[in-house]
Formats: sequence, C-alpha cells, structure tokens
Amino acid sequence: MSARKEFILMLEGVNKTFDGFKAISELNFYMDAGELRVIIGPNGAGKSTMLDLITGRTRPDTGKVEFGKDTDLTRLTEYQINRLGIGRKFQTPSVYVEHTVFENMLLSLPGTRSVWEALFSRVTPAQRERIGEVLKIVGLNDRAQTRAGALAHGQKQWLELGMLLAQDPKLLLVDEPAAGMTDEETVKTGELLLSLAGKHSIIVIEHDMTFVRQIASKVTVLHQGSVLFEGTVDEVQNDDRVIEVYLGRKKKDNH
Amino acid sequence: MFAQSKTSAKLAVTVLAVTVLLGLPALNAWMPAGSFLRVSDFSINLYGKYLCYAILAISVDLLWGYTGLLSLGQALFFTLGGYMMGMHLMRMIGSLGQYHQPIPDFLVFLGWHNLPSFWRPFSSFWFALQMVFIVPGLVALVFGHFAFRSRIRGVYFSILTQALTYAACLLFFRNSLLMGGNNGFTDFKFLLGQDLRAPATQRWLYVATALTLIGTYWACRWLSRTKFGLVQQAVRDREDRVLFSGYAASHYKLFVFVLCAVIAAVGGMLYVPQVGIINPSEMAPDKSLEAVVWVAVGGRGTLIGPVIGAIGVNALKSWTTRAFPDMWLLILGTLFVLVTLFMPKGIVGLPGQFLALRNRYAPRFKVPPAATEPAQELAKTK
Repeated sequence: MSARKEFILMLEGVNKTFDGFKAISELNFYMDAGELRVIIGPNGAGKSTMLDLITGRTRPDTGKVEFGKDTDLTRLTEYQINRLGIGRKFQTPSVYVEHTVFENMLLSLPGTRSVWEALFSRVTPAQRERIGEVLKIVGLNDRAQTRAGALAHGQKQWLELGMLLAQDPKLLLVDEPAAGMTDEETVKTGELLLSLAGKHSIIVIEHDMTFVRQIASKVTVLHQGSVLFEGTVDEVQNDDRVIEVYLGRKKKDNH
Repeated sequence: MFAQSKTSAKLAVTVLAVTVLLGLPALNAWMPAGSFLRVSDFSINLYGKYLCYAILAISVDLLWGYTGLLSLGQALFFTLGGYMMGMHLMRMIGSLGQYHQPIPDFLVFLGWHNLPSFWRPFSSFWFALQMVFIVPGLVALVFGHFAFRSRIRGVYFSILTQALTYAACLLFFRNSLLMGGNNGFTDFKFLLGQDLRAPATQRWLYVATALTLIGTYWACRWLSRTKFGLVQQAVRDREDRVLFSGYAASHYKLFVFVLCAVIAAVGGMLYVPQVGIINPSEMAPDKSLEAVVWVAVGGRGTLIGPVIGAIGVNALKSWTTRAFPDMWLLILGTLFVLVTLFMPKGIVGLPGQFLALRNRYAPRFKVPPAATEPAQELAKTK
C-alpha cells in the first residue's frame, strides 16, 4: 500500500479457511478513527468471522490485522485485545444472567483485571456514579438490582451495550444490535450508536436495511469473504453487483 | 418476607454449626455411658469422617457450582493431603511396628534398612503440614496450567481430571513408589504426642475438623462475594463475555483450581488420623464421582448444599451398608438419577420447589410479580 494514513483498524490480504471452506479471502479493510461503519452481506459472507479475526477469537491463515499504529492483533489473545480498547457485542445478548444488572456493569468498568485486585477491591463511589450514568443512557437505571436473566430480550441487548460503553473502548464491534428488538427499540439503538460515533470508532454488522439507513454514512458490503463494494447507503442500494448478490433478494423480502 | 426467610436461614446455619462444633463433642465427653443423650466414641469418629467429606464437597462445589468446572478428580487432592499427613503418622509409630524397626513396616518388608531420603523431613509435624498444602497445590497448579492454557473445557476437562486421578491411583499402587503400595499406611499410634486411640484425642480431632469446616465455609462465602467471586461465576455463565471484557479467565480458573485442591487436601489431612488408614483406593475414580453426587444431592451453587449433601449421603451410606450391604451402589445411582431429574437444585432447593408448587395449585396466595418487584427495587436502592 502507498502512503501510510493513520487508520484505527486495518486488515490487509487476510485469508481464513475452515475445513476447506474459505470464510475470508484476500480481505482488505480500512477504517478511520471516529467512523461509524456498517457491514452488510448475505449469510456466510464472513461478517462474524471478520469480527472473530479482529478480536482474537480466531487467527488468520495469512494477512495483517492491525489496530492503530502498528499494533499487530494476530498474536494477541481475546483479553489482551480487549485491554487495548476493542469491545465487542455479540449477536445473541451475552450478559451474566445470574448477576444483577449492577454487577454486570461493575465487571465491565475499566480498571485492572488481575486476580489479586479482584480479591480485595471494593466498589468506589465513583464507580457507582459511573454505573448510574451508563445505566441511564441505556435506560436501565431503575433495574440496577434486577437479575440480568430476568430482563426482557431487548433489555439484555441494551445491558450488553451498556457494558460495552462502561469499558469505554476506542473501537466498538457490534454484531446485529437490533436483532429481536421492537421497531421503537431499534430506533433508540440507532440513536445511541450515532451519539457514540466520533468519540468512539464503531463497526456495526446489520441485516435490517431500515436500521442501516438510519445510522450509516458508509457501508461495506462483504461477499464470499472479501469486500464487494464500499459506499453510501444509496450507492450500495443502486449498485448492480450488490443488488445481484444481496439486496435484490432483500428488497423483495421487504416488499 | 424475603429478608425474613434469609435471616431464618442464617439462624439455622448458625444453630447447626454450634451443635456440630460444641454440642456433639460435649455429649460425648460428659454424658454417662448408657444415657440416652450420650454420643458414643464410635459416632464421634464417624461424624468426624462426614465433616472431612463435607470439606471435600465444598471444594467440588466451588469448582462445579461456582466456576462451572466439573472436576471428577477431586478425591486425588483429598488423598494426597491424607498421604502427606499419613507419612508423618507413620514416622510417629517409631519402633512400635510389627517388625520393631525404626522405619515403617512396609519398608522393612520391601528390604529397606534405612529411611529413604524423601521420608526424613516428615518426622516433623510442621513439615508434613506444609506438604499438605504444597504437594496437592503444585499438582493442581501444573495440571491446571496446561489444561486451562489449552482451553480444555466442559466434558473434556472432566474426563481429563478423571484420568489424572486414575493415573495417580495406579502409581500409588506400585510398591516401588515407597508409599506403602496397595496397603497404604495404617496402624497409626500418635499425633502431636497424643494417643490416637484415646477417645479424647479423637474428640479433639473432631473439633478441629468442625472448626476447619466452618472456617472453610466462611472463607468461601467471603470469596463468593468479592469481585473475584463475581468474575468466577461470570466465567461459569458466560466465559466469552469475561474474555471480551479483558479478564484472563484462565488465571481465575487456575486460582480456583489450586485453591480447591488445597481445601480438599486439608479435608484429607484431617480424615487420615480419624479413620486410621489411607490407601490408593481412596483416589480411585469412583470416590471423586461420589463427591459429585453429594454436591448434586445437597444443592450445587450454594455453600451449605455440599455440606448437607456430604453428611446426608454418607449417613445414608453408613445405614445402608449395615442394613442392605449389597444395595449401596444401586441406591446411590438411583439417588443421583432422581435428584438430577426432580431436584435440580438439590435439598437446598426443595423449599423453593414446594413454594412454586403451592403457588401453582393455590393461585389465590400468589402475589403478582409485577406488584412486588418495583417495591423491592426501591427498598434495595434506598
């Protein structure tokens, strides 16, 4: 690549094969700091695998995955990558169901993660305050003492988003945040993500085109493990190749 | 209502603890023989054994119920702790053995004239006590390090722990290990200068066991309420989220695994002088499985559950093996199946199950959950 610009995230020439299935193929992906990027693509296009590669859950066969200036992510573990400031929200809500909402948040606040610290640390007033703030943002401030398992599906999604916010990551990876949400909740989720962009860099994987239209300025279309197209929502929806592999089918579904 | 039931549960645990700690040994020491209230020497010894098993059960539950790691090899650490104390007790026999030699009988039998070098420091009680912690702790540290680093989870972890205890069992059966072979250690005489056959010594061992059990219970209770405890239970419920929140889940698991090995070892250390024998059959795979059954029966994921389970199932075992000697394993198996199917939360969960049944069949007593929850929220936040 030519002159080096400062991307927050860069994937270059990445390949990943699972049992003969090429999930990611010569993938190149660049993202600026503060950007809110939406990734779409049909099932099996490699969207979730791409997040797995960034977060250290799987390692690429070949290629570079770099965070910020020269931080090679391919050699680090999940928790090391998280500590660098990369947070991830899973597709199905992944919260600690036996813990209260407050405890879920407490485990997500920034701070040291060592065993010894965990044995002797106590909740500080500053932490309480911060948890209150974040819970207010995600609309769960009156549920602080509720067991997370007792929350409704949409509320669990919001709790997980809150846990991510509490971590205050530089880069947020959000996998289908609107899945299983009501229309109203979806709109609120979109507003939340928009309000976070700028301060944080965000990658959102999404299927729901109304939602994509609400939040996206730039959309990346993945197909068979590599980037098929990149552009605005309108450009994407009018591109012939995209329509052929993805939106054509999707449009019919919507109508 | 909720707060009330919690206080009464606390009261019940305290009453139970005081009875077990002081009541039983007092009845053993001061009631005249033949009195209705007299607790026999035999019984005190038997109850002491149950309490050792309860300590083992807590270690199983701290792994299984709290961390989601089903260890099927916990009896290994229990037995290792027992062997370390056993080595000291063998040294305390002095020349009172069958062969009247200054070294343990089994060594004489194997043709030894002097004590093997690794046996020598065990003449010191304090050295043996340290080894009770160090040897099982080290085994757990090394095994756990490799198991958790390779991300061995779920049923694979269980199988591996089972294999570990089986391998150790086979190793200890060998005479060449110089640990007594299949007979193990027995015929102990003295501990800290006290005659082990004297009722008073056994009574004090019982009290020491009860104190250790209560201490272990409180320590684990404290642990489960720290941030460490929260992370530990989070690993059980959602390990992915723990990793993606920046916690090295493997370090937490390793810490718990080593801690539980040491807890089990302390139980084994107290077990040996009370039972008077330790041999490799104690680390046979079925012993660890039995401990898992105690926890399931008592109620896993609680700390009082394993204690109730260990004492209850072993009391049942003592009774059954006298009344129907051949039926024990059948009864144990049936018990496990029934508990798994109908009492997922064990004995501890029974009140909750009855309450749910009552609510289902007597709907007029049912309080609508929507009406109670905000009130609770309010009460807690204030």
